[in-house]
Formats: sequence, structure tokens, C-alpha cells
Amino acid sequence: MKKISLEKLNALFAEIAETKALYLPVDTETGAQYQKWEEGKTLSSALNTVRSAKDFFFPQTESLVHFKVEGKKIEIMDVRDEGAPFVIFGVRGCDVKSFELLDRVFLQDPVDTYYQNRRNNAIIVSLACSEPEETCFCHSFGISAADPAGDVTAWIKDGEIIFRANTEKGEQLLAPLPLEEGGEAKAEEARSEIEAITKKLPLQNLPLEKFKAENLMDFFNDPKWASLSQSCLGCGTCTFVCPTCHCFDIRDFDTGHGVQRFRCWDSCMYRDFSQMAAANPRLSQLERFRQRFMHKLVYYPANHEGRFLCVGCGRCLSRCPISMDIVKVIKELGGERDAK
Amino acid sequence: MQEVIKQKAIELLSSGKADRVLGWKEGEFFYDITPAVFTDVKEIEEKFVYNAFCGPNFSKYLVAESRKDGKIAVFLKPCDTYSFQQLLKEHRILRDKVYAVGIPCDGMVDIEKIRQKKIKGITGVTEAGEVLQIDTIYGKKEVAKKDVLAERCENCKSKKHVVYDELIGEEGDVLDSHRFDLVEKIEAMSEEERFAFWQNELSRCIRCNACRNVCPACTCEKCVFDNPASGIDQKAAADSFEEKMFHIIRAFHVAGRCTDCGECSRVCPQNIPLHLLNRKFIKDINEFYGEYQAGADMETRAPLTDYQTDDCEPSVILTKGDQ
Amino acid sequence: MQVEKNFEPTVVAFCCNWCSYAGADLSGNNRIQYPANVKIIRIPCSCRLNPMFILRAFQRGADGVILCGCHPGDCHYTSGNYFARRRMTLLFSMLSFLGIEKERCRVEWVSAAEGAKFAATMNDFVATITRLGENKKLEDLRCKK
Repeated sequence: MKKISLEKLNALFAEIAETKALYLPVDTETGAQYQKWEEGKTLSSALNTVRSAKDFFFPQTESLVHFKVEGKKIEIMDVRDEGAPFVIFGVRGCDVKSFELLDRVFLQDPVDTYYQNRRNNAIIVSLACSEPEETCFCHSFGISAADPAGDVTAWIKDGEIIFRANTEKGEQLLAPLPLEEGGEAKAEEARSEIEAITKKLPLQNLPLEKFKAENLMDFFNDPKWASLSQSCLGCGTCTFVCPTCHCFDIRDFDTGHGVQRFRCWDSCMYRDFSQMAAANPRLSQLERFRQRFMHKLVYYPANHEGRFLCVGCGRCLSRCPISMDIVKVIKELGGERDAK
Repeated sequence: MQEVIKQKAIELLSSGKADRVLGWKEGEFFYDITPAVFTDVKEIEEKFVYNAFCGPNFSKYLVAESRKDGKIAVFLKPCDTYSFQQLLKEHRILRDKVYAVGIPCDGMVDIEKIRQKKIKGITGVTEAGEVLQIDTIYGKKEVAKKDVLAERCENCKSKKHVVYDELIGEEGDVLDSHRFDLVEKIEAMSEEERFAFWQNELSRCIRCNACRNVCPACTCEKCVFDNPASGIDQKAAADSFEEKMFHIIRAFHVAGRCTDCGECSRVCPQNIPLHLLNRKFIKDINEFYGEYQAGADMETRAPLTDYQTDDCEPSVILTKGDQ
Repeated sequence: MQVEKNFEPTVVAFCCNWCSYAGADLSGNNRIQYPANVKIIRIPCSCRLNPMFILRAFQRGADGVILCGCHPGDCHYTSGNYFARRRMTLLFSMLSFLGIEKERCRVEWVSAAEGAKFAATMNDFVATITRLGENKKLEDLRCKK
């Protein structure tokens, strides 16, 4: 392990930024957001960013291909670029886990090369959560807030930041940096402190046992969806702040002299989600609402060896305009309330 | 107050005055309250709440709810009654299917403002007069309630219930608010500053449509931004132009009908001060065409469906100060 | 703003069918010159102008947008232009609030008999827009060539 005093953190950022673009959570007037580091920007103390880190690999909008139209001639232009290596600093354990879940979608055959390019270019430095929030429930999904994955894992403890390289990429990042050796004891201390806090969090150990593929139809037909979805506004807030939601739509924009084909996030909460020429398979908000949670809790696990498509980051809990979130859905359907 | 309202809800339901009750349902924590339709007394007893986190305005739910069988009782805070009356005026809510109970409001708390005070891990909040005692995983904290009030409540425009079948508590008054102060401040900026201000705010928009979907004035069956035939039905703001377009047109579509309930700013996940756009229209309407408060009464014609032959010309903008 | 020497603005003029469009015709018949930068779009009444049309004109490359309709009191549909007048006042005020140059949009009342006024208005408006330069604040980069 390697360490450096927190006072020298900004100098360290400058050092990294010399060779690679560096992104980190920065405090803004309206919460923490990932921004490109430049002189004067400091690491946010907030637990998590408002928008998730999926933006780095799966941006909200992205040009896929352009067509130039001249008379009867159509020219096709490939707008992909190879990109350059970049570093994301301070990703929390939940968001790091979300990359793995997204990889299973985008890197499956046929590989999404747009996504893959960015994924290959990224070096992820994760940061253990020293002060988890009440909305955190990553533990329910077997994610450790105390020892997150990533190319490099970092802990902040007693004015020092301790790094551990987990991959070759991570080692290459740390090697040229002016770090001191050591820090194992402190990292261990930080880890056990965080684990102790995690145990006190109110939303740990959600009743997830029943969410299995064999219960698919039971969940699908559960009458509780009606009351759960009753006041849903049908906005896309939960989907757009979610680190694991990955539905997208591909659209054409007519520029007047050609066409730009782009991909943008879609939300299953929208009424035109999966709209086809003939009809829409989900006509009511209940069906759309059910789709979102069934996807996360039943369909995805059925296709991916039981992995849930939720990392417990708590963003939907704090952002939903009517506070109807995945925790309430799990508790209502998973049976805890009945047991009370 | 919660108990009084809860008893009223139980009474309405058990006496048969209403078949359903629209109220607030408790969540996992003190603050994550969900609007819900209650149909049985036991559920009300267990889960009905009314506290400083009951922000949601129920008026819009009544558009659909009043078209269902049976009568629905609803609890409306003073500012909610404006939205309710505005929707009645537009014939969007069936009045005889709704039993409206006016309830008092001391201002709602914005949980985001508590979080911005670096208070983390909030597990409970107790109201003790002017102070909120906050329990967190990291110990107890205290904040003054007035420091964490939602913006719309800081600048509360009225404590008066403009329409109701029954009132709990006393009739309040229309207040002298400072709600146009920030609009004036922006108007006083230079053109470039104004542009930079809005560029910064609107560039955060993620087009989640929460502002539109929560807005009691946005009740179109199909929004122009969802209509593939409109040519502007993009699901994301792919270009900075589209962000501006969406918000200008949305504000314009509700101009003269917006009661300034502030729901748009409450729900914005990116904290964009969207209410400022609506207030700008309200302020302009007041200045150009005379004082008008949407939802305040059933009779006055809305400013954009009305005219005077001697209205000011659009060129008035050119001569209005630097703005 | 740096204005290119050869900057030729694109101006969209929405003209009501009954007065201003006929006014434009008259200026043509009388051989009164106005700049070719003006692209006229005929609408049934000034009241038909959806604010969205103005924004989309800017998106698609317009540098200025002008609405011409019957004089107040002379609307073919009695009151259309009165409504349009309120809408445009509020819209222009909002655009200015967002920091868009307020001279980029204009409303002028031009009757069918005012061919000369139509040409003079267009000359003046094109000159104003040329002075303001390219529309940068309401542009859509994707639509640029």
C-alpha cells in the first residue's frame, strides 16, 4: 500500500492531470458533481454525486453516426473516436459495482464498441465511504462500502489518504506518483470503522430472498403494484440518476442538410417507452412502474446468475419527487411488512 | 395537527362522505412521504401523516381521481387550493366528485437544505417550535426551521384557502411576499450575465420531465414534447438549444395559469430554480396587464385569453431599463 | 462580438395572410427594394404564430425573426392580433430575461396598403440584425453546415 498526506492531495491531482484527464466529485451549489480537475478544484466531502458515474461510459446523449445528404448522394460519416486514457477519482463502492453490471449488458456479444472504448480508457480510483448516509443500502447487495473495488482503492484516515492498487492499470497509475510506502494499519482501521457504521444503517439487510426467477409470475401479478405505482408521476428522475439503469433510445435528428443519429437515455417510466408503430406493450403507469422494478429485481438476476440490477446507492431515495423508491418496493413485495 | 387531520380523514371515510381519501403516507424515514389514496380506516390509522415534509401538491392527482367512481376527499394546503381552483376553472377536475378539506400550513421543510448544511445520515426529525431536532447516525443536530424552509415557503404568497368544502383551523390572509426579488435581481443584471446565469442553470437539466409531470398546470393529454409529429419530441436535450427550448416553451405554456405553487423547483433533481421562469411571466403579466393571480377566483379571464385594445406593444421590452 | 465583414444574416418574417403578406406583395409590385436576406413565411393570422416557431427558426439558422400582422383593430379575424400582441410581449420579455439580445425579435403591424412600410421595416430590421451579428445564443450547433 501507498500513502500521502491529504495536504498534498491537490499536488497529486496536478501530477495525475499532467498526463491524463482527471475527473472527480466537486462540490457545487447544488450538490456534488463529477467535473474535470483543474487548478483550484478540490475533492468533495459529500458522500455521493447527484448524477451517477455511469455518465463516463454511457453518456446521456451520444452521436453514433452522421449522414450528409447532397442531392441524391448520401455520405456516411463515422464519428467514433478512440478517446484517450482518463482517471475517475473518488468513485464510491456502489458506483464501481454498477460498472460491472453495465459491462454485462454492453460488453456482451455483440459488444457495444462505443461503451467498450471508454471503458478501456478509464482508470478507476475508488474511495471508501467514511460517512455513509441513511439512504445507503449497498450492503444488501453484498457491496462493501469499506473496501470498494476499482483499479485502485483509496481510504481517507487521519489526514492521510492510503492507496492500494488492485489491477495492473492501477499499479501503472500509482507507480510514477510521489507516494510513500505503508498505511496498511490505517487502512485496516478505516475499514473496520466503516463496517461498524454500516451495521448501524437503517436500511441494511433488505428482504431480497424471494426475488428469484421462479417467483417471476407471482411478483408480476402481485396486486400491490397498484398501490405502489399509484402516485408515480411518470418522470425519469429515478432512471436518470440511477447508476445501473441503461435503457436507451436511438433517434435521428434532421439537421436540414443531413441526419445525425444519436443515442440517448430512455426511461421505462415514460409513456412512449418501447412505443412501436403498431402499439405500446405497456399502456398504464402501473405496467411501466412494474417494468422498472421487475427488471432490477427479477429479470436481470434471472439472466445474470442472480445479480440484482441495483447497487444501493440511494440516489432514487433522495431524488424521487414523491419518495416512492426501490426500498419501499422491496419491503412491500419482499414480505417484511406482512411479517410485522 | 396531524391527529386532527387524521381523525377528519377517518370520519370522512367511515361516515360515507367520501369513498377514498387522498393524503400523505409515511415512508422509511421522517421525510420520504408519498401521496397515497387511502380506502380503509386501519391504513389511515397506521400510515397517514401530516408534518413539515408533506410538500406534494395533490391538485393534479384529482384530474384523474375525480373521474373514477365515488367521491374522493382531499387535504389541501393554502397554496394547493390555488392550483385546485385553477384546474376547476379549466374544467379539468369534476368538482362534485371531490370533497376538499383546507388544512393549515406553517411552511414545508426542504430536506435538501438540511443536507446542504452537511448534516449526514438523517434518521429522524422532531419539530420543537422553531427548531428542528435532527437525529443522525452521527449524533444529534439542530437547525432553525426558518433556515431550511423550502424556497416557496420562505416567500409564501398566501395563507388563504381560496376554495374548500370544509376548513380545519382558521382562514389565513394573502401575504405580502418577496417572491419577485430574485427575478428583479436577474433583470438588473447585464444581458451577458443573465445569459451566463441561465446557461449555468439550464445546462444541468437532464430532461427527466419531473417539472412537467408534477406541474398542476401541465395537464395536456399528450404533451407537445412527447408527440413524435411535433418534431421536438427528443428524449434528451442533445444540444444546449434544446434545454432552453424545453424550459421556455414549458413556462410559456403555463403562463397565466401557473399559480406559483413551486412544485417544479421542489422536484428538480438538479435543483434548477425553474420557478423563476414562471415568476418572470407572472411579474410581467402583473406589470403589463394588471395584477393577476391564477387560481384566486373562478371568474377573471386569464391574461393570455384576454386582451385590451390599448395593451402595450411588444417593443415595450426594448425601452424597459436594461432589461 | 466580432462581426464578420461579409456577414449576411438570415431573417425570417412571419406574415399574416390578410395584411402583411399582401403588403409584401405590394412592395414587390411597386418595385420597392428590400434585402433578399428576408425569408417570408405566410401564416393565416399573426395569432397563428406559436412561440415554438420563433425558437425553431433560430434553431434552424435564423439570426432574426419578425412577425408582421394587421394593425390592431384591423384583424381579419377581429381579435387575433390582440392575442398575438400579448403573447409576443411576454415571449420577448422572457427571451431577454434569459439573456438573448432583445432586438433579435420584433413585431410590426403592416397593412395590405403599406408596401413601402414593409420594405422600410425589413431594411431596418436586416440592418439591426447585421449589426448584432450571428445568432449565437439560440443556435443549435448540429444545424450548422
